[in-house]
Order: sequence, then C-alpha cells, then structure tokens
Amino acid sequence: MITNLGEITVEDGVIVSINPDKKGPKIALPGLVDLHTHLREPGREDAETVESGSRAAALGGYTAVCAMANTSPVADTAGVVEQVWRLGREAGLVDVQPIGAVTVGLGGEQLAELGAMADSAARVRVFSDDGHCVSDPRLMRRALEYVKAFDGVIAQHAEEPRLTTGAQMNEGEVAARLGLVGWPAVAEEAIIARDVLLAGHVGARLHICHVSTAGSVELIRWAKSKGWRVTAEVTPHHLLLTEDLAVDYDPVYKVNPPLRTEADVLALRKGLQDGTIDCVATDHAPHSVEDKECEWAYARPGMLGLETALAIVVQTMGPQWDRIADWMSVAPAKIAGLTGHGHALQPGQPANITIFDPDVRWTVDPTALASRSRNTPYAGMELRGRVEATYLRGEPTVLNGKATR
Amino acid sequence: MIKHLLSAADLDAAAATLVLDTAAEMASLAGREVKKLPALRGRTVVNLFYEDSTRTRISFEAAAKRLSADVINFSAKGSSVSKGESLKDTALTLQAMGADAVVIRHPASGAPHRLANWVEGSVVNAGDGTHEHPTQALLDAYTMRSRLKRLAGLNVAIVGDVLHSRVARSNVQLLHTLGAKVTLVAPPTLLPVGVGAWPAATSYDLDAVVPDSDVVMMLRVQRERMNQAYFPSEREYARRYGFDVPRMRRLPEHAIVMHPGPMNRGMEIAPEVADSPRSTIVEQVANGVSVRMAVLYLLLGGKA
Repeated sequence: MITNLGEITVEDGVIVSINPDKKGPKIALPGLVDLHTHLREPGREDAETVESGSRAAALGGYTAVCAMANTSPVADTAGVVEQVWRLGREAGLVDVQPIGAVTVGLGGEQLAELGAMADSAARVRVFSDDGHCVSDPRLMRRALEYVKAFDGVIAQHAEEPRLTTGAQMNEGEVAARLGLVGWPAVAEEAIIARDVLLAGHVGARLHICHVSTAGSVELIRWAKSKGWRVTAEVTPHHLLLTEDLAVDYDPVYKVNPPLRTEADVLALRKGLQDGTIDCVATDHAPHSVEDKECEWAYARPGMLGLETALAIVVQTMGPQWDRIADWMSVAPAKIAGLTGHGHALQPGQPANITIFDPDVRWTVDPTALASRSRNTPYAGMELRGRVEATYLRGEPTVLNGKATR
Repeated sequence: MIKHLLSAADLDAAAATLVLDTAAEMASLAGREVKKLPALRGRTVVNLFYEDSTRTRISFEAAAKRLSADVINFSAKGSSVSKGESLKDTALTLQAMGADAVVIRHPASGAPHRLANWVEGSVVNAGDGTHEHPTQALLDAYTMRSRLKRLAGLNVAIVGDVLHSRVARSNVQLLHTLGAKVTLVAPPTLLPVGVGAWPAATSYDLDAVVPDSDVVMMLRVQRERMNQAYFPSEREYARRYGFDVPRMRRLPEHAIVMHPGPMNRGMEIAPEVADSPRSTIVEQVANGVSVRMAVLYLLLGGKA
C-alpha cells in the first residue's frame, strides 16, 4: 500500500521517498516519543487505561510512550511489565514500552528483578521508582551498576525524602505566604549531585526525570562536562508554568516536582536549548476528579500532558522544528532504546510520523480530551498549533485531529 | 464589604477599620442586660469545624447567637465527614440547607478558598492549617487599639513559631494594613524561607527587640516541634525565646503582652507574665466575640 502524506511517500510502513517540492505549511516530524507517561493500568483504570492513554498519546503526536511503573500492582516483575506491554499492543495506537520499577513495590529497600524484566517480552531497559526517589545511596549505586549488564538506565525521581516530608509546593515566598509546606530546590539538587557522582564512579547510565530547578541544570551541565553518561528530561509544564498559580489553592497546579519560579523556567529553557537537558517528557499524570477536587494538601500531585505537549513546547521554545524533533523523538527514543522510533524522516526509515499544523488555534477543553481524567493545567488556555495526523508504521492513528480508533 | 473573609489581606485599611469600629459598637452590647440584636434573624450560620477548637467555635457561636442568627454546628467528628465525605460534598449539603455563612476551621491550608468555590453563602476562615486566622488578627488589633488607643506606628513583636503559625500570617497582613510595624522574632528554623517578602522585619534576638516594643505577641510552640529538630530542647527554647519576668521588666511602661491561647505556661510564656496586668489574654477572648459579631454582621449585609 502506498500513501502520500504531502512530501512523504510511505509503502508498507516504511518511508520510500521524500519530495521537498511538495512541502506544505504543515510540519512533518518523526513520531514523538514520551519517556515519562503514567497510564495507571493496572490499578487505577478510573483515572486512565492503557487504551485511553494511548489515544491521548496518539492525539498528541506520539508513536511511543514509556509507561511508568507506579501502577497497582507495581510493575516490578516480568509478569506486570508484560501485561502492560500486551495491553499496549492490543490498543494499537502507540508502542507502549513499560518501565520497570527499580525496587520491589517502589519500597526503596530491595532491587526488583531487573534482569527478568529486561529479558521479558517487554524488553525493559528503563527502570524507575518514579514518584519515589531511590534515596538510599548504596541501593542506587547497585542499581546503576547492575543494569549495565543489559545496557539499562536508571531514571531517577530526584527528591531527598528527608527534605520534603509533607511538602506541597516550591519552598519560597509563595509557599511562605500560603502556609503550604515547602519543597526546596535543594532536595532535588542534592540527589542529582549525588547520583551524577555515582554514575561517574561506576560508569553507568543515569537519566534524571523532570528536572525542575536552575541549580539542577547547572549540576547536569557540570556532570556532562566530565563526560559522564547522564541524560535529563524536562516537562512542558516546567517550561511554562510557575508557582504563582498555587495562590487559589486549586490542586490542578499541584505536581511533583512542584512548579518553580520564573528564574527556574528560564534556566530550564536555556538548558534545553544548549543541550544540557536532552529531551522533553510529559510526566502525563492522570488523576480522578475526587483526587483533585479537594483540599490542596489532600490532592494527588500530577498533570495531564500528552495532548498539549507539542503545542506547549513550540510556544515556549519557538518553531525550531529540527530541535523539537530531537527533544521529543530522537533523544528520548535513544535513551529508552526504542530502535524503531526516533529516526529522522528519511527513505528506508519506519513511517512513524507526526503531522503538525502550526497555525491552527484551539482552546483546551478538559472534557474534550481523550484522557479519562480532566486534570489539565491548561484548561481554557488558547494554544497555537495542533497535531493533525499521526502515523504508526504507516498506519494512521490520528487523521484530521481525530483518533482513528 | 467583601463577600468572604479568607485572608486578612482581603481587608483594606477602610474595611478593617470598619470591622474594628463595628466591633466596638457590638462590645457596648455586652454591658446590657439583653445582649441580643435582631440583625441576623432568620439567617443561618454554619460552624464547620474539622479541627477541635472549642474556644474558636464557641466564640463564633456566641457571636452568631447574639445577632439572632440560627446556628448549626457541624463537627468533623461523628459526622459524615469522618465517614470520608469530601469537602465539596459537605459544601453542597450545606448549600442545600441554605447556609448564609459558613465558618470553617480546617487543618489544610486553603480549605476555605476551596469551599468558597462551592457554596453561595459567605465563607469565614476560622483558621486553616498553617495559613491564616483572620478573625484572630482582627481581635488582636482590636485589643491593641483598646489598650494603646492607636495602631499606626505601634511596634509589634510577634515571637515564636512563625513558620507554622496562621495567627502570625494574619497579624502580619492586618497590622501592616493598619500601619503598625511588625518584627517577627524566632529561631531561624521557625521562620519560613521567603519571609523576607513579608511586610515585617525579622530578628533572632528577643532581648534586642523587647525594649522598643509596644506589643509583644507570644505564639504557641508545640512541643512536638522539638522532635523535628526545630530546636534542641524545651529548656533552651524557653531560655532564648520564652517571655519571662526579666524580659517583661525591660518592656516600656505602657507595653502589653498578648497570646492567642491556648498557652504553654513555662514554655513560651512564664505564668507571672500571663497573669500580670500587662497581659491581655482574657480580654482577647472577650474581644473575640465582639469582632466575630462585627464580621458576621458586615459580611451578611447587616445595616448599621
């Protein structure tokens, strides 16, 4: 079967030719890859399922997502990661690549069977206790070392738990005024400093999840200057939103790590631009209405992100299409070891393609999102640019801005 | 007048002064044989208390009853709340019952702000987590004005656990609005990061601040803070930040000592100080009823 997508011709799931003369106003990008997605299945199917999250991902232009391990039961065995992987295949909208837990039950005490997950049908390469920090330095060292055997990477949620007991938002002037317990930047930076040193010491790969502070960017820049194998991601919300949004105590703005200051936002953009931060990852975190329509302190942290990520990145970083392709497809695919994704659009490559219309304006309506949850921080915001079509190995998963299944 | 009283910052100088002046009129009732006004007859005030606070609840209850309002006490204990009902569902229940005002005490900062989205009546913050307690600040300002005949230009030292204190946050806002000069005195561990943005000076040295203070307001220090390493021991805290007799002697002649209660005698305040003529602690309680009458009266649109 031959398909013509503007300048790109696809046959049997592979790009066969590109004709630059046919290039229109719409932007073709390699299918986006999310290194950090919460699909909530198994366990919280009321908030999201593999299928609903896959649909949200496809609508956001993604062809692959890495599903975080903090499900119930936790994805800490070959059985659970294979279940998630199989559900992803059945949904068929994006490639769902499970992430395995680092420690049993995310408990931070005993290594999960990392090798069994790596050898499973899900072929897990990224391991993370996301939501929890692997805070014990000895355990973190062992995890970093152990996964070298299968070219794995530990994705660390950098948060020193002894400095964030009960923390609710960024520690600073706004938290002081609102009487909310502060989440200090140093709690993130202290773990990053420790972990880059550990990764350098044992020659292992470390990936740092959702970097949120200016100080973290500096530490990662330093670690990279040493030649250590450190990568990092930033979320769209940390590139745009700041702590001031907490003033009305609406928990839709509660997220972990928390929204920070304008200075942090600018440092994160600069770090992404200069290559200190490798990629953008959504940390798409669906939560049920009752977990958000409540008191700030009782609300769960997290925000939706898949369906808005590309527009937010264009808004915050400008229309640098080659860089955006790198940040949102090439780099995350490489970090996650997803060999079928993240290739420049060239003949011979798999036809994982996102078509983005940069000019269409749309207003974010939480009830119109494909996610089962409504906790987008962009409700009512007008965004510019929207995914028009997504192709997974040549098959359309989204056409005219609508999911095909 | 504003619709809700969620933060002391909701009041500008004119509104705050109106509350204090109205409270003075309400106080004159207390000397009469019949202490009741018909101002809020037929209106319903709900006291929605998620924390045990008998003092604050009965103060609001007395205030509402003296204005002839119908009062419903809704305590989190032994109610649907303890069965896990959400704040929003509780709010909708109160709404259906026709509450004209909801007075809320809650352990989570910002709970009154959330409640205000879900009820049509007025919401009065009676203390939310470590955020604010605006009627306490109003009764404190009322007490200072009664004793010292002014607020503008007063030097007010607020001493103790500022970090966790809703009383301190509301007082800083209100006293700034009314022209007083506030100095927060605490060990560095009990001042929030970011306190520099508050309209108040800070000091770690109580002895340096005492001689220039017109008002010293002591905050309650919870003993469990010691276990969280905010300070080494109760004894050391009392020595460095407790208000004792030698410190009281160094106060200016006219200065007063305040405490929002309940006190830890011997910890942040010595019994001799608490029971001295400088102490306003009992007056504060009495003034609380007058100030809360004024707040309910003004929020619910009573005519003077």
